[in-house]
Amino acid sequence: MSTNTHSASAHHAPHSPEKQSEFFLGVTTILPLLFATFPIGLLFGTLATQKGLSALEATLMSAMVFAGGSQFVALDLWAHPLPWVSIMVSTLLVNLRLVLMGMSLGPKAAALRGPKGMIAYFFLTDESWALYERRVLTKPLSFSFYFGVATPFYLNWVASTFVGAFLGSQVADPAKWGLDFAFTALFTYLIMSFWRGKRTGITLAVSGLSAVVVQQLVPGAWYIMAGALAGMGSAAALYDPNAPQEAR
Amino acid sequence: MSPELFSLSPIVLLCLFGMFLSTFFARNLGQFIIRFVRISGRTEAALQAAPPAILMAVIAPVAFATGPAETAATALTALVSTRLPLLVSIILGVIAVFCFRLAFAML
Repeated sequence: MSTNTHSASAHHAPHSPEKQSEFFLGVTTILPLLFATFPIGLLFGTLATQKGLSALEATLMSAMVFAGGSQFVALDLWAHPLPWVSIMVSTLLVNLRLVLMGMSLGPKAAALRGPKGMIAYFFLTDESWALYERRVLTKPLSFSFYFGVATPFYLNWVASTFVGAFLGSQVADPAKWGLDFAFTALFTYLIMSFWRGKRTGITLAVSGLSAVVVQQLVPGAWYIMAGALAGMGSAAALYDPNAPQEAR
Repeated sequence: MSPELFSLSPIVLLCLFGMFLSTFFARNLGQFIIRFVRISGRTEAALQAAPPAILMAVIAPVAFATGPAETAATALTALVSTRLPLLVSIILGVIAVFCFRLAFAML
């Protein structure tokens, strides 16, 4: 997996210049997203304390779960007594999309195979995954780049949660200033970065419509899986083996 | 420091551990499944459509089924995303939703 060069001077340095520059390339790639997601972490921490979690509990959730969407859904379900089984199941449902992401990234990311990769995949998020998918279009994904992206993003999420929870109710309602929309705006940007013409438009229309319909009809977080599968299904249905290969 | 800032109840810890298992499982399952699936052109087309399809499904309820302000702000964000950098697009989206909410509240 690792590309250990057998040069004379190599005392299998974990901090070889190449790995370092790959790590920092990852850091600079994720940097703008830190500013975008810090308010979301603040919002999460604030809402969590309003739901009765302590700052430690809110911060631990961000550290152990590290999946914003499902954490907000968990807060939605938070009650006394704590319905921990439903929370666990809905966490799985909201995050089933990560299975699809793993299926998509897996074959393109040879560096992430093996036990080290299992730890790496724990740090997979919508945002970082979108960056990895863009990276593999031009260059193979290295382990150093992977963690250059994942490490600051993780620390940022945990830290922003703690700050939000610490300030708690002292922070004015973030939704009042439209900050709750940051998450949707961020995803919209990421969607547009995958635009490849009319085909993408069809995928988006099918996925968005299915998600909305299922969300209205089926309780819980099934709409994410439904929309994702419908969009992917439409792409598979429209696949024409005789058409010239589209630029990826 | 107030004691409740750092309180931790056992049931919450159990819940967090359950959530950890759920996400760890979801995050690792995909790469395992795909090793045993032969990738045809059609499967590849589906997997290539995965990024936009998934992201769209996540935001669809807010983007299309919450209110006119959110829908308008999403459309505006999508439009500016094609020519402006990430952070600028997000800031414009947040400002847009703030203004649209005010505007639609006044109607």
